Amino acid sequence: MQLTVWTYEGPPHVGAMRIATAMKGVHFVLHAPQGDTYADLLFTMIERRGARPPVTYTTFQARDLGTDTAEIFKTAARDAYERFDPDLMLVGASCTAELIQDDPGGLARALNLPVPTITLELPSYQKKENWGAAETFYQIVRGLATEAPAPKAEGAKPSCNILGATALGFRHRDDVIEITRLLHQLGIEVNVAAPMGATADDIRRLPEADFNVVLYPEIADTAARWLERQYGQKAVRTIPMGFQATCEFVREVAALAGVDPEPLLAQHGSHMPWWARSVDSNYLTGKRVFVFGDATHAMAAARVAKEELGFEVVGLGCYNREFARDVRAVAAQLGVEALITDDYLLVEETVAALQPELVLGTQMERHIAKRLGVPCAVISAPVHVQDFPARYAPVMGFEGANVLFDTWVHPLVMGLEEHLLTMFREDFEFNDAAGPSHLGGHAKVEAAAQPSVPEVARAPVAAADPVQETITVLNWSPEATKELSKIPFFVRGKAKRNTERYAAEQGLEIISLEALYDAKSHFAR
Amino acid sequence: MSDAATLTSPALEARPVLRERGQREVFCGLTGIVWLHRKIQDAFFLVVGSRTCAHLIQSAAGVMVFAEPRFATAIMEERDLAGLVDANEELDRVVDRLLSRRPDIKLLFLVGSCPSEVIKLDLSRAAERLSKKHSPSVRVLNYSGSGIETTFTQGEDACLVALVPEAPVAADDAPASLLVVGTLPDIVEDQFTRLFNQLGIGPVHFFPPRHSQSIPAIGPNTKFLLAQPFLGETARALAERGAQHLPALFPFGAEGTTHWLKAAADAFGIPELHFLAVVAPGRERAKRALEAQKQHLAGKSIFFFPDSQMEPSLARFLARELDMTLIEVGTPYLNRQLLSAEMAYLPEAVTLSEGQDVDRQLDRCRAAKPDLVVCGMGLANPLEREGISTKWSIELVFSPVHGFDCAGDLAGLFARPLYRRSVLKV
Repeated sequence: MQLTVWTYEGPPHVGAMRIATAMKGVHFVLHAPQGDTYADLLFTMIERRGARPPVTYTTFQARDLGTDTAEIFKTAARDAYERFDPDLMLVGASCTAELIQDDPGGLARALNLPVPTITLELPSYQKKENWGAAETFYQIVRGLATEAPAPKAEGAKPSCNILGATALGFRHRDDVIEITRLLHQLGIEVNVAAPMGATADDIRRLPEADFNVVLYPEIADTAARWLERQYGQKAVRTIPMGFQATCEFVREVAALAGVDPEPLLAQHGSHMPWWARSVDSNYLTGKRVFVFGDATHAMAAARVAKEELGFEVVGLGCYNREFARDVRAVAAQLGVEALITDDYLLVEETVAALQPELVLGTQMERHIAKRLGVPCAVISAPVHVQDFPARYAPVMGFEGANVLFDTWVHPLVMGLEEHLLTMFREDFEFNDAAGPSHLGGHAKVEAAAQPSVPEVARAPVAAADPVQETITVLNWSPEATKELSKIPFFVRGKAKRNTERYAAEQGLEIISLEALYDAKSHFAR
Repeated sequence: MSDAATLTSPALEARPVLRERGQREVFCGLTGIVWLHRKIQDAFFLVVGSRTCAHLIQSAAGVMVFAEPRFATAIMEERDLAGLVDANEELDRVVDRLLSRRPDIKLLFLVGSCPSEVIKLDLSRAAERLSKKHSPSVRVLNYSGSGIETTFTQGEDACLVALVPEAPVAADDAPASLLVVGTLPDIVEDQFTRLFNQLGIGPVHFFPPRHSQSIPAIGPNTKFLLAQPFLGETARALAERGAQHLPALFPFGAEGTTHWLKAAADAFGIPELHFLAVVAPGRERAKRALEAQKQHLAGKSIFFFPDSQMEPSLARFLARELDMTLIEVGTPYLNRQLLSAEMAYLPEAVTLSEGQDVDRQLDRCRAAKPDLVVCGMGLANPLEREGISTKWSIELVFSPVHGFDCAGDLAGLFARPLYRRSVLKV
């Protein structure tokens, strides 16, 4: 048993729903008890979809157990076929139905419905949402893309598939548009984009493309590997997130397609490199960032943070184990230890201990950052309703690089403002507790979240709550305490920690004003 | 005012009820944790279930409470299914870890789920075992919020049933006291407390209490009012302790609130004139507030999908105090006994439905073309996209809607989508 407060991923059948909902003409019959329909609201509320997910839940109850749950499944499947007339049916079981072992696949076969029907095995007690999505997409591709393509006509344009975009993905809608545009500019046709927007017939046509672009490996890697084995389609695995990665992506697809990437690269039109080089961005240098998300977005974000914004990555991790090895390798290059966990509490402890100046994470890290009073930008699913923007906001491609610059810099206090806050600590109107001046309404929250320094200095705090101070609070002199309070909140935690570490190492009983400044020079970078 | 109890059974028995079975677009009882964990401030809710359960609660909580919530899920994994002995050991380990993290917890609920029920993990024995182990600092109770047994608000009913035995026994000759049963927002409790004080009714206690240490004593001289229509099992458990139920309309709107307060006033022998004098100002305020909302609602038709069991009471309020036309009133479960008073007040020309086959109900809804549909979050946006105004029902459970001073706000929840549609030009 795993003690869980918040989960990064839902169960595998939610992954299957993300595929079914993303596609057209697909219907999913899910053997499930009452209550599992909650998953609909993820799509209708969080993603604001204007249609119900194409899912029929059998809705069995306690009184049905051991009598006729199989019959309930058959009725639901038959009714769903008649009502929705899909081109493809998926059948599977949620966690409770898995325990009663009704065999939805066998029951569906017995119904003999005149429509291709794919049985999903979704082991709820071992696997999670991303795995469920990947497995579902793979089974659909394997089940439908069975025919080798006719030989390609002479002089036909090079073509590729874009694989991996689903419902509920982080910016999938706009990433696909952006990457499609990029490919068109290179003279490459997009044969099929799947699962998002694809029909069963589109899936059948997948083998016709020259190669595959795996935009979201968490979802499309399994299917892409099968297509490669079966039809020799190469897979592009460079994720075009950030300016450099997009350039590398362009070169890689151009090489596969046999086209020249240089004209496009010469006029990419991205503002991001200049925005990063302009003098105003100087204050971004060395900002300490913590990066956490799904492996793909976290790795890409870490690189952008370090090489394209000049931040210092102080922590990197992901919640999915499927690509943990890659994340560990990237973390090692950055000189940090990778945090591979789906335990929200552990992530929170890590962020509290690292004291970053910016958190790049998921909806969960947004909570953590809010609680710790650290600025935060979201880079990965799971996300909430505010991260499905009305405007066009890809995170991939050249426009995506622009979006990353804007969204990551926005939560920070602006450069000159930061200086003024440091210089005039006692101004009653203009102080750090008021939060960045361009982000209104934070004053009270920040003030409450930030324990006032004298209070912290007064007494040791119990270590029961990891978010509270966990290190022993040493004895601060009143002068040093006052001086500490003059350090802006966004670096105060680090200064306090460093000073206490220094004092402990030096065996100081009281932290004096001198000790504070000795520590500062000791840890000067 | 007529005594509701005398109007009861015939009115309901005579009514045809459409009973349906099929896909239900409702939450399971685990969802009640979202409000219960905020109400009882020293209680913690540990769901023993699957990843689906954990995902459900955080999705239903929607906004995701920023502070560390007082609920969590012990997610069962493959090896927990292999043997129940191991599952129990695992549960003990998880509870130990939890309690060491949260020493402020005085009451722990182990909450059963579909998977824990199906594998027959005996949480009542686990609760007994863990109670002994962590006594006296923590009391451990259990109930089931599983979807195979409970629908949405029934989770609160099950939780309160588990809490009833914790109440001290009131002596047979204890003075009469009033118990208000069902989670109410703090502000509503305060409003009702003031009214009961003015009426001269007391002592008044609320159940569940804000702290587990202050569960009121219950005995034969306890009289109780239900604040919510979904607490049938709790009412039964209280009656078994000798407490006396005061049947009434539920306190929604001016009429419902007056009727509900009157039931208490009569039980406590409050003179009629004094009662009228005390309730008059609140009732007038409520009526004035409702008058303002009536312009948006009067004459409009409404269709309820089943959700919280509050539907018949809310429909009565909307029909009688705001002149809305009821098309269909769906409810997950129609508690004939508790709703007898409400039934007598519901207009004749309305389809009552119990249970659900969501696709068929959507067919009926589209055919009826109601002005407003009350439904869950899974259905609201799809119906809006079809051009039908909706009020998502979970807000009715999450907002202060009881009593005189919330009557206008309650009507406002229904009026806002219609008003919004009238102002939007895009």
